[in-house]
Amino acid sequence: MSMMMSTFSATAPVLQHLFPDIEDWSELAQACLDTLLMLGGSLTLTVLFGLPLGVLLYLTGKGQLRAMPKLYGALSLTVNILRSPPFIILMIVLLPLTSLLVGTKLGIRGAIPPLVIGAVPFFARLVETAFREVEHGVIEASQAMGATTWQIVRHVLLPEARVGIWASVTVTAIALVGYTAMGGAIGAGGLGDLAYRYGYLSNKPDYMIVTVLLLIVLVQILQVIGDRIVGYYGRR
Amino acid sequence: MIRFVDVHKSYRVDGKDIPALHPFSLDISDGEVFGIIGHSGAGKSTLIRLINLLERPSGGRILLGDTELTALSEASLREQRRHIGMIFQHFNLLASQTVADNVAFPLRLAGAREPATIRARVDELLARVGLTEHADKYPSQLSGGQKQRVGIARALANRPSILLCDEATSALDPQTTASVLELLAEINRELKLTIVLITHEMDVVRRVCDRVAVLDAGRIVEHGAVADVFLHPQHATTRRFVNEALPEEVAGEQSLYQHVPGRILRLSFRGEATWSPTLGRVTRETGVDFNILAGRVDRIKDLPYGQLTLAMHGSGVDAALQALRQAGIEVEELAR
Repeated sequence: MSMMMSTFSATAPVLQHLFPDIEDWSELAQACLDTLLMLGGSLTLTVLFGLPLGVLLYLTGKGQLRAMPKLYGALSLTVNILRSPPFIILMIVLLPLTSLLVGTKLGIRGAIPPLVIGAVPFFARLVETAFREVEHGVIEASQAMGATTWQIVRHVLLPEARVGIWASVTVTAIALVGYTAMGGAIGAGGLGDLAYRYGYLSNKPDYMIVTVLLLIVLVQILQVIGDRIVGYYGRR
Repeated sequence: MIRFVDVHKSYRVDGKDIPALHPFSLDISDGEVFGIIGHSGAGKSTLIRLINLLERPSGGRILLGDTELTALSEASLREQRRHIGMIFQHFNLLASQTVADNVAFPLRLAGAREPATIRARVDELLARVGLTEHADKYPSQLSGGQKQRVGIARALANRPSILLCDEATSALDPQTTASVLELLAEINRELKLTIVLITHEMDVVRRVCDRVAVLDAGRIVEHGAVADVFLHPQHATTRRFVNEALPEEVAGEQSLYQHVPGRILRLSFRGEATWSPTLGRVTRETGVDFNILAGRVDRIKDLPYGQLTLAMHGSGVDAALQALRQAGIEVEELAR
């Protein structure tokens, strides 16, 4: 963080000149950090919950290893319901649950539950699709070798689908950047909060411009990292 | 011994039972190479998958030695499956793993943990299939024939007593097919492994199989020793398969020879008879004349055989036929 700050102070005169509306750059830096923390925290939890849910969706699906039409139907419906409302509405609906879970509706802590609940169904669907891309023959070969379902998940599906899974993580991370910015509007903090409060409510367009630029850079970085990882595994 | 007792299989499609295999019983002996030939949709992939219960029969019993597979629990079935290797038309290797890891996979599934033990077994298997230098490559860097060799090494990892081959050479070119079949024959000889293979090519059956069953629309229409089925096909489907493997003339299309004078005969030689000058001796002794219309001398697995279509002239033809039959040559009269 200190390096980031010193970079800010070195370039401060130029930035001050370009964006005169912005009085406090450290506030912007803090907002940046908040956004990254929200993103990091929610992405980690999303993968943690979404991956098993994706596995479950895949396994219980029609014609799959553990086909369970009723369970699949219930999971699928839940996932669809959670994916239906726009994120900002979902966030408001979830406010009581959020304060129950983390004791506050505000700040980074208050933002994490709705972000995760919003992103898990999305990520789980992507994971399910990635698993379906794995050739059925490879799974059949593993069954013929006497593999258990768990062994197939652990040693066949996850490694064989890793390109698709990393691509899903990338897409989800970028979606989460958008969600965190929306969350800013209802008290989550971060870049979205600045853009909304200063840029929109206080009519200081410079905030809007800088925030949007920072978000573009963030999304670019995420996409490049994601593409690198996918490219590394995709060569095989 | 693999034993099917009154086994049948049907699939439920839109509330209706569509039969894939009509009731049948079949024994496959230990150490033999058993071929199942049929067109696509005849039920052969279902049949081979019944042996490791990747497909469950709708009725009947399947036994492996004294073990009734159809009565096993999930866990014991998984244990049994480790003793049944299987290779596939499209190889079905793990694309994310190296050749060595693919071969080690069944060992790890069976609980092998010691890296040195795994490595030693993998090296041994790769040496057997001739891929020692390719251990650290990924499947995508290999040719089709090499991929199938990895499949074979993987299938042999847990020292199975049975190897199932699901159209194992159908995706390979003729030369690669020949080398993979040779490897299978070698494995059968040296490891005394029972091999069950399904194919739609009679040539594959002729090269490696001891016995064959012909499958047509879910029924076994003919089965027996390859030489018998190959030289004397009974069922129309079998004849079509045999004819694909033979030039048209050898197949004995009677209409082809209607305008040829003399009696049209087909002689089949098997084993040592193929190498002895019986035909020359008999024609000299009986004073008949003949001309060859078509012929072929080849091998059915290790058994040399010959098949000649002749037109025979002269008063001694009947005596000649008798003499030929006495010398162990099978004679069929196609037209007179």
